[in-house]
Amino acid sequence: MELLCPAGSLPALKTAIDCGADAVYIGLKDDTNARHFAGLNFNEKKLIKGAQYVRDHNKHLHVAINTFAHPGEEKRWQNAVDQCVNLGATAAIIADIATLDYATNKYPDLELHLSVQASATNTAAIDFYAKNFNVKRVVLPRVLSIQQVKQLARNTTMPLEVFAFGSLCIMAEGRCYLSSYFTGESPNTVGACSPAKYVRWSETDTGMESRLNDILIDRYQKDEKAGYPTLCKGKFNVGDNLYHALEEPTSLNTLSMVPELMKANICSVKIEGRQRSPAYVEQITKVWRDAIDSYKANPEGYQVKEQWNNVLANVSEGSQTTLGAYHRAWQ
Amino acid sequence: MKLSLGPLLYYWPKQSVEDFYQSALNSEADIIYLGETVCSKRRELKTRDWISLAKSLNEQGKEIILSSMALLEAPSEIKVLKQLCENGELSVEANDVGAIEILSELKVPFVCGPAINCYNASVINMFVNKGMQRWVMPVELSRDWLTKIVSDCEDLGIRDKFEIEVFSQGYMPLAYSARCFTARSENKAKDDCELCCIKYPQGRPTTTQEDQQVFVLNGIQTQSGYCYNLINDVPSMQGLVDVARISPTDNQAFDVLQQFRQAINNTMPPVKLEQKECNGFWHQIAGLETRY
Repeated sequence: MELLCPAGSLPALKTAIDCGADAVYIGLKDDTNARHFAGLNFNEKKLIKGAQYVRDHNKHLHVAINTFAHPGEEKRWQNAVDQCVNLGATAAIIADIATLDYATNKYPDLELHLSVQASATNTAAIDFYAKNFNVKRVVLPRVLSIQQVKQLARNTTMPLEVFAFGSLCIMAEGRCYLSSYFTGESPNTVGACSPAKYVRWSETDTGMESRLNDILIDRYQKDEKAGYPTLCKGKFNVGDNLYHALEEPTSLNTLSMVPELMKANICSVKIEGRQRSPAYVEQITKVWRDAIDSYKANPEGYQVKEQWNNVLANVSEGSQTTLGAYHRAWQ
Repeated sequence: MKLSLGPLLYYWPKQSVEDFYQSALNSEADIIYLGETVCSKRRELKTRDWISLAKSLNEQGKEIILSSMALLEAPSEIKVLKQLCENGELSVEANDVGAIEILSELKVPFVCGPAINCYNASVINMFVNKGMQRWVMPVELSRDWLTKIVSDCEDLGIRDKFEIEVFSQGYMPLAYSARCFTARSENKAKDDCELCCIKYPQGRPTTTQEDQQVFVLNGIQTQSGYCYNLINDVPSMQGLVDVARISPTDNQAFDVLQQFRQAINNTMPPVKLEQKECNGFWHQIAGLETRY
């Protein structure tokens, strides 16, 4: 089972490789990827250096091209695929059918991974992508329970990659328009959810307030830790109750599921967080490397170490972790 | 421009559903979509009931289309989907790429629903080759985006091979989750939800701490807090859009259909949108905003 780590910068990429990642995934410095944030991602010079570093260490490089091509601007997405090939990357992670089509026809040898943003959650959808494009791996959306993941793995010959750790998207990825409903910008169209330029913090008489495009997401008491106002993690009223109506600020953590994922033949575990620092990448990569290796060394004796969980909790949203949709009770 | 009645997105008792569709036959809708698109646990009408209801409405002057689920996670849900696709008579609205796969294999013509990521003409071209007859634009896209797609489709020579439908009135489906938010709002687990959606025939309004309605919770579906309404935009849809979709909340949908008919016939003066209405997406601004 491959450990696939995020890299939003060259230092993060090097850190991931040095700390034991089998593969890293990156994005270009434009809106062709779903982490299109200021100061993040790779320009051409950095791409070449990054690719070289990965090659020198015999590891794999995946390039995320996982937003949807705008009409009349398809060239930008096609250029991203061209760049990926020129770099000698192992795979391109693609969501848009138009981009998959281009990559399949122009580069029959390029390995394609179906991005989580394509939202393939069932065998029929996987069949569609397998038959029509050069898709060699599918990244599963974070909406399936572990039973459903196992079932899917049994019913398809397609290698499956799952999210193992990181910020938790609770909606079927690629089919969520909440961010554009609030701000006009969404992961599909712009490559960002709840974009930072719409975020506003203010200290008020009733506590610290966080807003997204002027809409109140949360209000914090003095001793409460304030989180980034991702719109699905705010506190809202339903009926007479004020609570995290959709989801608490929390991170996905599946360390306890390593044996099940291994037994289900999951080909890769993906760590979320291209927007995070090299320090985050270092801690996460080390813990996950250790976890996978310790399972391989002694499958029967595998146990989640408390120290691993402590490290992960420290870098988690709201310092909390969850099994998310993998655990049926969460749903 | 034709008018459609989108699939009922909420969970209603069987009798209410049947009554609603009987009334729909006398409405201004040219096209009626029906079927469960949100949650496979909603079984007031079982799959065969939906199919027989749809068939009973067919050939009474309306085009009838069976709508299918957006989020398909279990093999049992694929089985139900196949049953719908093999109905032998009616076209199907696909709301997941899996449905397109099944329908194209069966060579059943289909409508590409709003929950499928189709953002450009290349994708439309591929879907047309697989049997797509109508494309419902993703709700977050604008008139400007659509105009560019149409022009690309003209260049590809495929514009006359499919119709374009735009979600024009109603609470927009904005997201689908594994989690059931209605069950969560009642402090219930999804597996033990007691089908509580039936208690909320228009979903559960969700507001900020400043009482701004931001969402409507509808099971695993999160809808827009404001009601989308393109009634004043009908002139800018004419000649570009083939079908305007009205998504029903209750029987008022029939009045809305009538208003849209008047707007199409140029007999409807512009109306002031209510505070809880919006039209932002069409104007390429935040969805919840309103532009006059």
